[in-house]
Amino acid sequence: MKKIELIKSGIIKENPVFVMFLGTCPILATTNSLTNAVGMTAAFTVVLIITNTIISAMRKIVPDQIRIPVYIVVIATAVKFCEMMLNAYALPVYESLGVFLALIVVNCIVLGRAEAFASKNTVTDSFMDAIGVSIGFGISLIAMSAFREILGTGELQLKSLFDSEKIVFQISMFKNYGASFFTSGAGAFLSFGLLAGLFNIYKNKPVKKDTKKKGQVK
Amino acid sequence: MELFTLFISAVLINNIILTKYLGVCPFLGVSKSLKSAFGMSLAVIFVIFSSSIITYGIYYKVLVPYNMEYLDLITFILVIASLVQFVEMVIKKFSPPLYKALGVYLPLITTNCAVLGTALLNIREGYNFSQMIVNSIGVPIGFMLVMLIFATIRERLELATTVKHFKGNPISLITAAIMAMIMLGFAGVV
Repeated sequence: MKKIELIKSGIIKENPVFVMFLGTCPILATTNSLTNAVGMTAAFTVVLIITNTIISAMRKIVPDQIRIPVYIVVIATAVKFCEMMLNAYALPVYESLGVFLALIVVNCIVLGRAEAFASKNTVTDSFMDAIGVSIGFGISLIAMSAFREILGTGELQLKSLFDSEKIVFQISMFKNYGASFFTSGAGAFLSFGLLAGLFNIYKNKPVKKDTKKKGQVK
Repeated sequence: MELFTLFISAVLINNIILTKYLGVCPFLGVSKSLKSAFGMSLAVIFVIFSSSIITYGIYYKVLVPYNMEYLDLITFILVIASLVQFVEMVIKKFSPPLYKALGVYLPLITTNCAVLGTALLNIREGYNFSQMIVNSIGVPIGFMLVMLIFATIRERLELATTVKHFKGNPISLITAAIMAMIMLGFAGVV
C-alpha cells in the first residue's frame, strides 16, 4: 500500500513540474511537439530510475562530505549512457532533443530526488519514487505539449521515436487555424503559466467545486 | 564586425533565458529581489566565462587528441562543480559580506543549465577560439540583463492584485512570456 502512495505523491502532491517548478528548462524547450515530449519523458525516466536505484544502493558507502560530487558523477554517467543509446537506436529523438538531452545532468529534479529521497531510503522505495516522479513529469510534459501543439498547429500527431517518417497517430482539429505563437518561445512561457495556474485550481479543489473539472482536463 | 554581431545576438536575439530556455530555474527562483538577482548574475558571469574557456581547452587539447569525446559530459560537469567550489572559497576568504549575501545561490550555480549549456553549445556550434570568448561573455550578460529587468518587474508584481490561483510563479511565467515576445522583436536587428 505504501508503495502506491509513493507513486501517487509524485504525481499530484509533489508534482515536480507544476507544484515544485523544478527542472523548468526542458519543460519549456521540449514541449513544442508531442513527439519531443514523449522522447524527453522516456530519456528522463530511464535516467531517474538508474540514478535513484544506484544512489540508494550505495548510500551507506558514500561519505557525507563528498556525496554531491559522487551523485553528479553517477548522474552524468547515466545520462551519457542514455544519450549514446538514443544516438544508436533512436536517432530522431537524439537529434530533436539536441543539447537538452545532455542537460538532464543538471536537471534539478534528478539531483533533488537523489539528495532528498534516494540518499535516505531503501532501494525498492527509491525505485518506486523514481517511477512516481517520472510519471508526474511525463504527464505534465505530455499535457503541456498537447496544449501547445493543438493550439499551435491545430492537430496532434505522435511520430514514432525510432523512425521520423512513421506516424503513430494523428488527430486533426482545426488544421488551418493554428496560432503558431504557441509553438514559439513566448508561447512556451505563456502555456506553462496558464497550465500551472489551472493545476493550482485542481490541487486546491475544496476551494471551488465547479472549477475542478476544468483543471482535470488540462 | 562578425564578432560584434555574435555578441549582440548572444545578448538579445538568442537570449539564453528567453529564447533558448536555459537557466530558467534561477530565473524563477532568485528573481524575487533585485539584490539577489544582481549577485547571482555576477557570479554566473564569472562562472560561465571561466568554465567555457577551461572546458573548451580540455575538449580540444585533451579529449579530441585521445579520441575520448564521449567523456565530455562527465569532464565538463566536474570542471564546473570544482570551479563553483573554488569561487565559493575565494569569495568566502576575501569578501565575507558578499559570500553571505549570495548564500545558497552560489553552490546552486553548479546545477544551472545555462553554464553547462553554454559549454556544450560552444563545442556543438563549432566556434573558434575568439567566437567562443565573445559568446561566453555575451551569454551571461544577456542572462544578467533579463534577470535584472525581471526582478524589478517582479518586485512590483508582488504588490499587484492577481487571481488567487495564479499568484506567484504562474503569473511570473506569463510576465516572462510577454518579455520573450519583446525579445522576438530584436530578431530584425542583426
